[in-house]
Amino acid sequence: MQLSKTRRGRIGERLNEYFSTIGGLSLFTVEFFKTFLVPPYEFAEIKKHMDELGVKTLPIVSVTGFIIGLVLAMQSQPVLIRFGAESFLPGMVALTVVRELGPVLTAIIFAGRVSSGIGAELGSMRVTEQIDAMEVSAVNPFKYLVVTRVIACTLILPVLTVYVIFIAIMGGYIAITLSQSMNFNYYVNSLMLSIRFGDFVPGVAKTFVFGFIVGMVGAYKGYTAENGTEGVGKASTTSVVVSSLIILLFDMVLVKLTLWLWPT
Amino acid sequence: MADLMVNIKNLSKAFDSHKVLDKISLNVEKGENLVVFGRSGTGKSVLLKCIIGLMTPDEGDIVVDGQEMLKLSYSQLNEVRKNIGFLFQSGALYDSMTVKENLAFPLYRHFNLPQSEVEERVVKTLEMVSLLDAIDKMPSELSGGMRKRIALARSIITEPKLMLYDEPTTGLDPLTTKEISELILELQKKLNMTSIAVTHDLICANIIADRAIFLKDAVIAYEGTISELTSSQDKFLQNFFSTEVIKA
Ligand SMILES: Nc1ncnc2c1ncn2[C@@H]1O[C@H](COP(=O)(O)OP(=O)(O)OP(=O)(O)O)[C@@H](O)[C@H]1O
Ligand SMILES: [Mg+2]
Repeated sequence: MQLSKTRRGRIGERLNEYFSTIGGLSLFTVEFFKTFLVPPYEFAEIKKHMDELGVKTLPIVSVTGFIIGLVLAMQSQPVLIRFGAESFLPGMVALTVVRELGPVLTAIIFAGRVSSGIGAELGSMRVTEQIDAMEVSAVNPFKYLVVTRVIACTLILPVLTVYVIFIAIMGGYIAITLSQSMNFNYYVNSLMLSIRFGDFVPGVAKTFVFGFIVGMVGAYKGYTAENGTEGVGKASTTSVVVSSLIILLFDMVLVKLTLWLWPT
Repeated sequence: MADLMVNIKNLSKAFDSHKVLDKISLNVEKGENLVVFGRSGTGKSVLLKCIIGLMTPDEGDIVVDGQEMLKLSYSQLNEVRKNIGFLFQSGALYDSMTVKENLAFPLYRHFNLPQSEVEERVVKTLEMVSLLDAIDKMPSELSGGMRKRIALARSIITEPKLMLYDEPTTGLDPLTTKEISELILELQKKLNMTSIAVTHDLICANIIADRAIFLKDAVIAYEGTISELTSSQDKFLQNFFSTEVIKA
């Protein structure tokens, strides 16, 4: 009896937390759209954050992008050979990377690196009263801290994604040349032939949404952190989990939407 | 009425069922230095935060410089806040900015001052707290007492009409305490600044206070000048101040 009671309490608490996160995030998003068009625009801050985000994530996404392309080509090659479709290899690597793997993997890595960073940074500003200090000096901390970071994330992730796609395609080429000789021009030509507008644009466009999610979740968790340093740690870890999850959910929806808008 | 800087009526604030402030009424005249005493956890910080709008009271009215703080829109509230300085108990320095950037932050935001004048003001204010050599340091490189003084410098740099100090001298040695207290007094004299200072420190209170209140059990239990409070026959006050004197 005792046990079941505490267990029900825990589950209740979890559910409560779950719904309060969803509710809080929605309100936070509404607040974003209410404030982000109101001057003053913090262009300098946005640029500063974009620089930082780029520097912070470039090494890890480069490595990941390269390996993804490499492994994808290595894995697909025997399969395609089995079906006698080896000539589709460049196209297949490109399509997979452009439509799905590039955007989603970059976003997930971005979430791991950036969402936690924003969560920790804003979380520690919250618990050490730095956000209150901004508030009393008549600066809107939401605008200065949250809006700038969310915009920076939203703008930088698509750039990173295009870069990752490019690196992965290079990785694919290198994997192919390891086992057979293929002219680089031939590789590029054949993948260009297989990629259409309807593959590239929606793939990259959805990363604007992913970037927004990463910024928003990290900022929300940090901005609303409580309970001292423990709360900062919690803000940082939960923001990774929550943002990754929301990214995957949105991916599902956006893929469906893309297929409906650009039927193949 | 016109010469009141702060006018608080029936202010109440509770956290869950724990009543921290219970129908507090308080007036502070323009140019007056009011000191707030009280044991730890009696709601001194909460009182200051309610005045500047960081916490919303459960009931009551707060008028600062003729403005009803609880009825203002966000942008109106910010206009009033530009004339209020707030020193956090914890300092709350922006730890991603240098000391100079910390001090310049409120200036750049609200006053269309040219770069050169901002730098001049930063230097002048740092000299006031005798920490000019810390100008290019990061907050993490400062000692506790230094951080306190930088935070003080940041809050007075805009020369606000009303200053709310949350323990301005805690953690400072007696000599620095005296210097900082004299600085607060000087600001009051030179700029006709009004201030409310929470402190435990009798050295500081003796120097700056025109009047003092003592919070206890969620109400203002005692009120008077410092000498009235310290020489009171009340057992509780005698007890409080005797230990304070030994500490000081
Ligand atoms: N955000 C909050 N949530 C819940 N309770 C709070 C909060 N802030 C303050 N309290 C409670 O209100 C009471 C008064 O706190 P306050 O910080 O005003 O004390 P204080 O008088 O400034 O004490 P000290 O001298 O130690 O700084 C305390 O019991 C504290 O637990
Ligand atoms: Mg306090």
